[in-house]
Amino acid sequence: MSDKDSVFERLGFRRASGVGEAGWGHTLFVAVIAFVYFLPVLFIIFTAIKPQELALSVPPTLSPTSLFGLIPDRYVFTPTLENFGSVFERSMTAGGAPESTGFDRYFFNSIFISSVSVLLALVIGTLAAFGFSRFPLAGNDTYLFIILTTRMLPAIVVIIPVILMFRAAGLSGSFVAIILLYTAFNLAFTIWMMKSFFDELSLDVEDAARIDGSSGIGVFFKISLPQVVAGLAATFVFGLILTWNEFLFALLLTGSDTRTVPVAMNQAVSSGGRGTDWTLLAAIETLFLIPIFLVTFFLQDHLLRGVTFGTVKR
Amino acid sequence: MNAAALPAPGLITFVPHNWKLAVLLGLAVSIIAVASLPAAASFWVVGAMAVMVGAAFVINAFRREYYGGLLVTPAIAVLFVMNIFPLLWSLGLSFFAYQSNQQSIRFVGLNNYIKVLTNDIAAEANWNALVNTGMFVVLTVAAQMVVGFLLAMMFAKQFPLRKYLLILVLTPMMLSVVAAGVFFTYYYDPTFGILSYVMQSITGEQYILMDSKAGAVAGIVFADAWMWSPFVMLLVLAGLVSVPKYLYEAAAVDRVSAWRRFWTITFPYIRGLLMLALLFRTIEAFKLADLVILLTKGGNDTMTISYHLIRIANEQNKSSEGAAISYLMLFIVIVLTNLYLYIANRRSQGN
Repeated sequence: MSDKDSVFERLGFRRASGVGEAGWGHTLFVAVIAFVYFLPVLFIIFTAIKPQELALSVPPTLSPTSLFGLIPDRYVFTPTLENFGSVFERSMTAGGAPESTGFDRYFFNSIFISSVSVLLALVIGTLAAFGFSRFPLAGNDTYLFIILTTRMLPAIVVIIPVILMFRAAGLSGSFVAIILLYTAFNLAFTIWMMKSFFDELSLDVEDAARIDGSSGIGVFFKISLPQVVAGLAATFVFGLILTWNEFLFALLLTGSDTRTVPVAMNQAVSSGGRGTDWTLLAAIETLFLIPIFLVTFFLQDHLLRGVTFGTVKR
Repeated sequence: MNAAALPAPGLITFVPHNWKLAVLLGLAVSIIAVASLPAAASFWVVGAMAVMVGAAFVINAFRREYYGGLLVTPAIAVLFVMNIFPLLWSLGLSFFAYQSNQQSIRFVGLNNYIKVLTNDIAAEANWNALVNTGMFVVLTVAAQMVVGFLLAMMFAKQFPLRKYLLILVLTPMMLSVVAAGVFFTYYYDPTFGILSYVMQSITGEQYILMDSKAGAVAGIVFADAWMWSPFVMLLVLAGLVSVPKYLYEAAAVDRVSAWRRFWTITFPYIRGLLMLALLFRTIEAFKLADLVILLTKGGNDTMTISYHLIRIANEQNKSSEGAAISYLMLFIVIVLTNLYLYIANRRSQGN
């Protein structure tokens, strides 16, 4: 494994792979299963474009189009976009004037907090993973296991001392608090994953570079890091998915300025004592799904390649 | 790589680079500070201790030209403040009688543990929640492994539109659990829900899924497995696509049956990843609470240990009892995890 291209070939994603070819018949088969699997999500998306009064209709309305008469009329509804508008602006009291709901702010908070904390964890965790992989301490595995242990306890147990700490430092409800916590939340997972990527790299190239006079830092940035780009992308996506939807920490640690969408979503649909506002919930979730869906879609190739690279032994 | 040029200092040698002593000292001082000082002061003590531990790592690394130490320092510092210290804080708390809505705190030794295990009213609920959690762990993880594996087999080929179909299957994992859970209550709803509508049009009677324990458990397991099978699928898929093609070609020449081909060629390649998926999902399944809260609120005997813990620690303010329960739970998870890792290691060495 002397040059970069052969790395991915060796992984079997191109010609040398055991992945068989299949035609449109298989596509049809998979499409049916994938569609059924996707149905509950599709229903949420359809609820987002439903008129509010049809949300709990019996029989349930299932589709915005009759698909050229395929679906009986009683299951069809006329799509509307007004639910998306009421995510950001709606009247809070019956008959009142529309007010801003602050969701533009919550969406910004979610994007800002998740991306900063996942990137921070990625930087810190990758350095640590390289350290654990290349300079193993006595009892290295024990330290790694202790790091994994931090993910095993329910959040509620860890949160009490953390809340007290942040309150004492005057940081409760600030961006610093929640970002620091999410960074730690992602670190265990980042270190484990990135270490397995570094473990799989050939040491010959690094040794050669070292003999040629590169410093330790030079070897890391010029030789090792470029080989694990796919792993970085995979870890980034996994971390982002987990952080994006995290609820309990956000509920207990964010204030009104730093509230994230999952917390705000929970409050928006259950406030007012009128029961769940289904179309509003669906509209928020649909909007909230779009960014993470796009990121995953565009990093999908890296995701697969990355997971393989990190954990499959030669 | 760089062999330590200098011998490591003994545990109780007072030198700046003795990081083991620094960690122990830092933890001890932090815990004492939190237990005795007002919160504002103790925060800065803990912060100072984290800096001290970090400094010990850095000095040690420079002294011994040990770059690994420098690399892990930031991660250790963050984990120390945000994870390891809170973990030990609650471990310490489990030996005290403390309620978060009261000021008093006193040392009770192992009494909290004895209380949660044997006190007749509380203990029964605890054991019950633990048994339920065990059941959910087995059912959800098994369902996720089977569904994830089958999905991965489906996608382990190159075919037209593969990329677009794969993202459809991955989407449930990206949903917020609040929205997914609330919508599952709708799907299962006896009056408006889709499931009961379908069942009713088949049998003609009203259908209530969440009416019995079996139904409620099935509903929760289905929702959880639906959301997290894609995670297992990704890991298994990564293993499946990495099997070198020449192995299959050789098997084809030798006319090996499909069943044997799977066990002798494919399975060894995905075993490690199956183990990893099993490990991650088991750890998460032990923490199952949000779907239970949303779907049954613990009714129909579906209380899990994590939800029980939230009630005890958050709603009843019994912080120290909650800590004791969670450390008993942590003990079980650690034993299980070590068992997994032991089996995985023994298998991989055996081959």
